[in-house]
Formats: sequence, C-alpha cells, structure tokens
Amino acid sequence: MNLDLSRRSFLKLAGAGVAATSVGAMGFGEAEAAEAAHVRPFKLATTTETRNTCPYCSVACGVILYSKGDLRKGEKADIIHIEGDADHPTNRGTLCPKGAALKDFVKSPTRLQYPMHRKPGSDKFERISWDQAFDRIARLMKDDRDANFTATNNAGLPVNRWSTTGMLAASATTNETAWATFKFAKSLGIVGFDNQARV
Amino acid sequence: MTNAWTDIKNTDLVVVMGGNAAEAHPCGFKWVTEAKHHRGAKLIVVDPRYTRTASVSDYYAPIRQGTDIAFLNGVMKYCIDNGKVQWEYMKAFTNAAYIVKDDFAYHDGLFTGYDPEKRDYDKSSWDYVLDEEGFVTSDPTLQHPRCVWNLLKEHLASYTPEMVERICGTPKDKFLKVAEMISECSTPTKTMTSMYALGWTQHSHGSQNIRAMAMLQLILGNIGVRGGGMNALRGHSNIQGLTDLGLMSHLLTGYLTMPSEKDVDFTTYMKSREFKPLVKGQTSYWQNYKKFMVSFQKSMWGDKAQAENDWGFNYLSKLDVPAYDVLRMFELMYQGKVNGYICQGFNPLLAFPNRAKNTEALSKLKFLVTMDPLETETSRFWENHGDFNDVDTAAIQTEVFQLPTTCFAEEEGSLTNSGRWLQWHWAGGTPPAEAKHDTYIVAQIFLRMRELYKTEGGAFPDPVLDLTWDYADPNEPTPEELAKEINGRALTDLMDPTDPTKLLVAAGKQVVNFSQLRDDGSTASGCWIYSGCFNEQGNNMARRDNHDPDDTGAYLNWTFAWPLNRRTLYNRASADLNGKPWDPTRKIIEWDGAKWSGYDVPDIAPTAKPGEVGPFIMNQEGTARLFSRGLMRDGPFPAHMEPFESPVANVFNPKMRGNPVSRIFQTDADQLGTSAEFPYAATSYRLTEHFHYWTKHNRVNSALQPEFFVEISVELAEEKGIDNGGWVRVWSKRGSIKAKAVVTRRIRPLICDGKPVHIVGIPLHWGFTGSAKKGFGPNSLAAFVGDANIDTPESKAFLVNIEPSTAPKDKELVS
Repeated sequence: MNLDLSRRSFLKLAGAGVAATSVGAMGFGEAEAAEAAHVRPFKLATTTETRNTCPYCSVACGVILYSKGDLRKGEKADIIHIEGDADHPTNRGTLCPKGAALKDFVKSPTRLQYPMHRKPGSDKFERISWDQAFDRIARLMKDDRDANFTATNNAGLPVNRWSTTGMLAASATTNETAWATFKFAKSLGIVGFDNQARV
Repeated sequence: MTNAWTDIKNTDLVVVMGGNAAEAHPCGFKWVTEAKHHRGAKLIVVDPRYTRTASVSDYYAPIRQGTDIAFLNGVMKYCIDNGKVQWEYMKAFTNAAYIVKDDFAYHDGLFTGYDPEKRDYDKSSWDYVLDEEGFVTSDPTLQHPRCVWNLLKEHLASYTPEMVERICGTPKDKFLKVAEMISECSTPTKTMTSMYALGWTQHSHGSQNIRAMAMLQLILGNIGVRGGGMNALRGHSNIQGLTDLGLMSHLLTGYLTMPSEKDVDFTTYMKSREFKPLVKGQTSYWQNYKKFMVSFQKSMWGDKAQAENDWGFNYLSKLDVPAYDVLRMFELMYQGKVNGYICQGFNPLLAFPNRAKNTEALSKLKFLVTMDPLETETSRFWENHGDFNDVDTAAIQTEVFQLPTTCFAEEEGSLTNSGRWLQWHWAGGTPPAEAKHDTYIVAQIFLRMRELYKTEGGAFPDPVLDLTWDYADPNEPTPEELAKEINGRALTDLMDPTDPTKLLVAAGKQVVNFSQLRDDGSTASGCWIYSGCFNEQGNNMARRDNHDPDDTGAYLNWTFAWPLNRRTLYNRASADLNGKPWDPTRKIIEWDGAKWSGYDVPDIAPTAKPGEVGPFIMNQEGTARLFSRGLMRDGPFPAHMEPFESPVANVFNPKMRGNPVSRIFQTDADQLGTSAEFPYAATSYRLTEHFHYWTKHNRVNSALQPEFFVEISVELAEEKGIDNGGWVRVWSKRGSIKAKAVVTRRIRPLICDGKPVHIVGIPLHWGFTGSAKKGFGPNSLAAFVGDANIDTPESKAFLVNIEPSTAPKDKELVS
C-alpha cells in the first residue's frame, strides 16, 4: 500500500550513483576520496525518515521527520530535522513559518518531562510518580462521581449525569486517541465534555 | 469543508470573509494562488483589517466585525434583483418553491413567536404547509406569495446598499463592486468558493453568518461543484476529527445526538430521529439513524447492549439542558458547583472569554488535571506572575496534576483535516523523559476507576464496568485497534439481504463501510461516518497514492475521506437535472443512463435517477434549505443582529441587544459594557508566525514575533495621543491588559450609522509561559456569551477603551 521507494529516497539513491561514477570517470579517484574524507557528510543521509503531518492548523501538511535511530527497530530515536513532504498533494513540500519551525516545538525548553503535582495552597510543582498520580486522580474522580452523580431526575427517569467533574478533549490528538477518550468520558457520564470546536 | 484544499484551484472567485487564510492557513492558501495564476481566478477579501490575505486580493472591502449577515443579505438581494441567479439549480435543488405556513412573519428584527422572558422562539409557525400525506406543498412557478422564494425576497428587501453601508460601514461603492463580482458566478460555468474560519463562528450569531453565505452559494449554484462550496477552514489539526467523533457535550459519534430527558426510552429517542422524507421518493439518509445508533451502542457496550435493554440506552447520560458547553461549565465552576476538571491539550485560561472569571472558577476546583506536551497557563493558573497573572497563590486550594504527554512526532494515528481527509501518520521520535501517550494516560485512569468500582461498588457502575475494553494490552490500546473499532465489524455472519444464502461479511470481519451496518445488533461501529477507514482491505487512511487523473484535485487514493472516501460533498449537484455536468470542463460525476460515475464517489445512490432523487440526500426534502424551518434557534432566515457589545444599536430594533435568543448568565449580563463607556470595537485574531499558545514555547517563532501588541489606526492613535511602539492599556468591563501599540494603516475607522467606529485589533498568542515575552490575550477582555445555536463565545466582537500607559510589571519587578 505504501510505496517503499518514495521520490526522495529515489533521488538519494540516484545521487549516490552519480557521485561514485563521476569520481571514477574523471580519474582523480584518490585525490577525490581524500577530499571527500574532509567534507562533512550530508547530515540527513544516515537518518530514519518518518511520514507525519503538521499538528497545527487543519491544512494538515505532510512532513518528514528525520531521526537518529529507528523506533521500528526498537531503537531510541532523536528527531534532528523536520521538513515538508514533497509527495503530499496539499502542501507539496512547502511549509509555513510555523510548520518550518516544528522541530523547535518537539525540542522546546518548556516540553514537559515528568508528572508534576501542586498541593493546595502551594507555590510550586513537585515531582510525583505516574502511579501515584494515577491512583490519586482515580480516587478523586471516583469519590466525586459517587458523591454527586445524578442517577435519576425528579420523575424517576434514569439520567446518569456526572456534572461535577468536566473534561476538555484535545483537538490535536489523533482520532484513535479521541475515540478512547470518548469512551472514557461518556461511559462515566461526564456531561461537561467538549473540545476546541466549541470555542 | 464541503470540498478539499486541493479543489480550490478549480475556482473562479475566492471570497475570504470571516477568515484570513494567507496568515492562518498559509499552505492551504497556496491553492488560491494556484487558482489566480492558472485559472485567472479573482480574490475578494472582506475584513475589518487589511490582512495579508487582503494584500494579495483583487478587491478588498472593509466591514465592521459582527455585521456579516447584513453584508451577505445585501449581496443576495443584489443577485436576486439583478437576475443573477442560477435559476435551474435554485429551482430544482433548493426548497425555494415550498409553501410556508401563513402565520410565519418577521417584524422589528424578530421572527414570529418570540418570548423575551424565555429568550426563545415558539418555532411552530416556521414550517412548510404539508399535504394530507405529510409531504410539502409547493409552487414550482415561484408565484405563490407564501413560497420560500418570495418570503426570502421580502426578508431581504431592507438590505439595500445604503443599509449595508449604514450597518457595516462598508462604503456603498465597495459593497456594490463586491456584489457585482460575486453575482457573476451565477452562471453554470463560473464558480465561487467561500473560505471562512473563526471570523464567522466567534459571534453570538455565528451560525447565521455561515448560513447566509451557504444560501448565497445555493442561489448561485455553487454547492457540490468543483471549485465551489462552503469551506470552513478549521483551526486545529484534528478539530474536525474530534467533532466527527462526538467529543462534545451534546453529541455522540458521527453527528448522532445525545439523548435529552424528553427521550424517556429508546423508542422515544428514535421517534424524533426517524426523518421521514418530506418530498415523495427522496433519500433522507438519516432514516438509517437506528443502524448507526445500535452499532454505536454495540461498540461501546458489546454483549451488554441487547434489544431487551434498549441496546443499553440507559447507559447514556440524558441531558437536562441543551449542552454542558464550556461556558456553562465555567459558569457552574464559578458558582462552586464543579469539583474536578481535566484539560487534555487545552488551555482554557487563555482560550475562554473573561479570564478573570475563569481564574476564579478554576480556583474553586478541588482538583485539576492537565495533559499536555507543553507548559500551559492553565496548569499554572495558581502561580503569580505580577501583572501577567495576578493571583493570590496561597489562597488557591486547587490540587493540580500536570501530566506530560507525547506530541505529534512521537505518536501514530490519524488526523482529519479540514477537507475531511483522515491522514495516518507515524511516530518518528522517542518521547522526552517520562512523557506518555494520551491513550495510555486515559487507559490508566479508566482502569483504576473501573477496579475501584469492582471492589468498592459505587454510583451506577454498570456503564463503566461493561464498557468494551478488549484490547490486546488494556493498559495501552494501539492506534490500529482503536481505528478498527471505529470502522466497525460484523458480530455475527451477515447474509446478503437480497440473497439470504449468500454470506456478505463473516462474523468478526471488518465491515466494508457503513452501508453494511444493521439495527439488529449484528454489527458494531464506533463512528459510522468513519466506517470504511480501516476495513478488510487494510488501513485506508495510510494510503499514499498521489495520482490525480485529469488533475481534478480529487486524489481519491490518497488516505481516506469521510464519508465513503467522497471528496466533494453534495457532488450530485454538480450535474444538471438530466445528470450532465453544469460545466463539462469541471465534471465531477455524471449519469450515463444507468448509473452515476466520474472522478469522485457519487453523493447519491449510484442508480438513483436524475430528476427523481434530489442531491441533498441528508435532508428530508432532498433539496437544500433557503428556509431552515425550526432547525436553528434564531430564525429560518439570517437576520442582522448586533454583537452583544456593539458601538451602534441594531437599526431594525434599537432595544435588541445581541442575539435575542443567545443564553447569557446573569453575572455576565451585568458585565456587558456600553459604547458610552467603551467606545471602541475590538476584535481578536491569529498571526502567521504563531499557532495559538503553543509556538510561544518555540524559540524560532518566539524570535519572529516576540512580543504582544495591539493594532490601531493612525486616526485613533492621534485622537488618544498614542505613539507607534508605545505602551497602551486596553480595558473592557471585564479586564485590563497592557500592550505595545502598533499604529497602522491596515486598520481604518469606519462610518456606521453616521458615526465613526474605531477598531482595536488584538492578536491572541501570548501568556506567561514559554520562550516569548510575557503578555496577555484578548480573552482577558472578551464577553462571556455565545452563539444561540452552539454557544461558541463571541470572541470576535466586543467593546474596549484604550489609553497610553506604562509597561506591565512582572512578579520579580514588584517590590
């Protein structure tokens, strides 16, 4: 379904072929090789390319992530460059001032690293483990739901509303994440549930 | 969008009104450039500011924010008065000929049935006259005085060019030039596209803004055709997807709706959703509602949803109000009636109007959970930042959890773009430190709560305990598993309805698309409109064949578009009554005597004969509605309404404030300012260098646009003694901010109802976290009131005052 040989990987292969041939043909084999050893190798040649889409506006431009390391091989992958995907029909490789700087979003100094917790009245966040955070949140939510759930209305009709805890869902998450989030929120009876489409 | 980004190249005229595509959707706007250069298309921009979109337009006309209905009604009137109508299309494909009840009327800015106490209409007169069989009565000659067409003409009569100038501040000659250019697109071979965004939605009458343009497009015959359509340029990468999937208070998936308390059981719920055709022989596709609803319930609760228990109908919440929308939730929070809140990738402290109210509301929470890849102002709403977040930290008793999530580059799945393409993407990077996928986080909280319900019991645990969660690793469902669940599958062997010996889909296999869904519990599908996205052919959202036969812009084999991989909605309307394309050079589909075929998936049954089945198959009429019956709360025709805070009174009814049926809470009504106190009309917008409150965390974009500013005209600057680059204070009834002033000729004062109106432009990208300088946003000032139909806040039009000032002080600088 996905063409393995994309236009750009084809160019990369073709480019490598041309370089090897011309060095030999011009008869400067050794000198060229010595010179080439001093030239910084093309930064992206050894990276893994991954197809992605820009997370900002709804044009959803195709982008290519270049990483050191390959997630599919179970390696750690460090994104070192992001550029437009020339194969994409909408943006055809172009990006706007936001999309062109996407790597700085991924590598932002204010990217969150650890779960943090702020105690009531405190003036700071403190580290908390994921397990502690999940246990505490589940406890707070369940206690609130049990205390304030509207099971029936005055007429005795089951209405199943939990209006004292609300949720805003993220319109930059994937459809798949959204579906899991939907199941979570609606099964609990969270009626105060919206996403950015409301505003 | 009815059409795709890549389809814009097929247009003859682009109207950008209520948006600023060149700056907010730059790479999509390239298709406008393509149309201009290769087709000779023209671009019109109507906006209060001379935007960068305007700077490459063929014609620009200024308009006062919040008066788009008057402008568009004026254009409709111009087209009708001058015979610039696609008559054949309009007569056959709209409800123009249908007869409306005698008691429907419009006077003094109000339709029949207004109740000022309830702030609501009795809409019973807003309907067709039906015959004994329940079908509409009509007059195809359009002579009947009560037919929709004649009522529309009557309704538009007051929107003369002079009236447009008086309300909108658009000089008459400029309005007429725009109207004339638009009217030329009434021929079958000339097409106009409408590109709009939050400049139209963020008004107390936002839905009617869009409706007015949709009606104009129908009159011109521009819906369903290549290069035409109503194209909502959505603001976020998957705001379309989250809406399609029903992550809203009043929705279920695929535009199925949440039950209300009136829906006492499933039979009652279905009764108001049967959608019988109002014209004989029409498709009225929503008649299939029950198939989609039962399949949805099966996907939620599996074997626990059975015919005997109304398919688990009572597991759903039943609403006692139209919606617990964000304004209602923050009002309840403000009243101390909300204890917990989860913000997943959402920064309400900067996104919702009246920030002071939001801060007070959040401070009353017992706990707040934020999930985001970046710092947000919301997660630190309790932190003092001097003027930038002046809170008493110690007094705020809210417990806050800030959970780090992955970002796009570290996760896999699909996003739905504005053109309804579900595009799959792959993870390319390892998440930083302990950041986790949202799906993992949601699963962990859910599984823990479910475990507590198993061991402790509690309030109605059944829908939680019975929710299907049969993923290979329940701790982290995979994107493929979730996508397959959305698509849907057969639960038992599905036999061919026309040949019961023939197996259509074996039990456990994916359905090919929603045409195979059933209402007897034999199928499950999370979201019917997405069905077909991941069937037995594989993951269609991951398809990457970018061939485009005959360069139509359809790209049918690139990813997957909902519904059914259809790229242009209502595309049956691209052909005439005999099924031949209105414009042969812009064919989408055509009737070959036996079936429909062409460049796109036909938006009609493939064998539905032209002339018998109308193109608007989702409507009970089979036609599009110039008169929307009682389907919108604020009227069957768009009528001019002022913003709640407006520099001028409504000329049709000076006593009427804002939208007469918008909900407004008492504390917010008390906080509306008047033009005497706040004389200037403010509006909010994005800049091309930033995306909301994300890119201020990004060093490149923070360097490109480092500092918050407001834009004012040279005239206002002179009047107020404000220097270009100097500090100003801008304040409304609800808050006060400080900003650098950009004095520009891009904004000019307008003359409305005889008096000058000055506009103050406020971009929205600054806060107190990130790499950019600390600043404020327009939400500190905007009014807490929304659209009458959907409660989208009126963030595009509010009143402020302005004066020269000193710089704001950060915490460190406060002695």
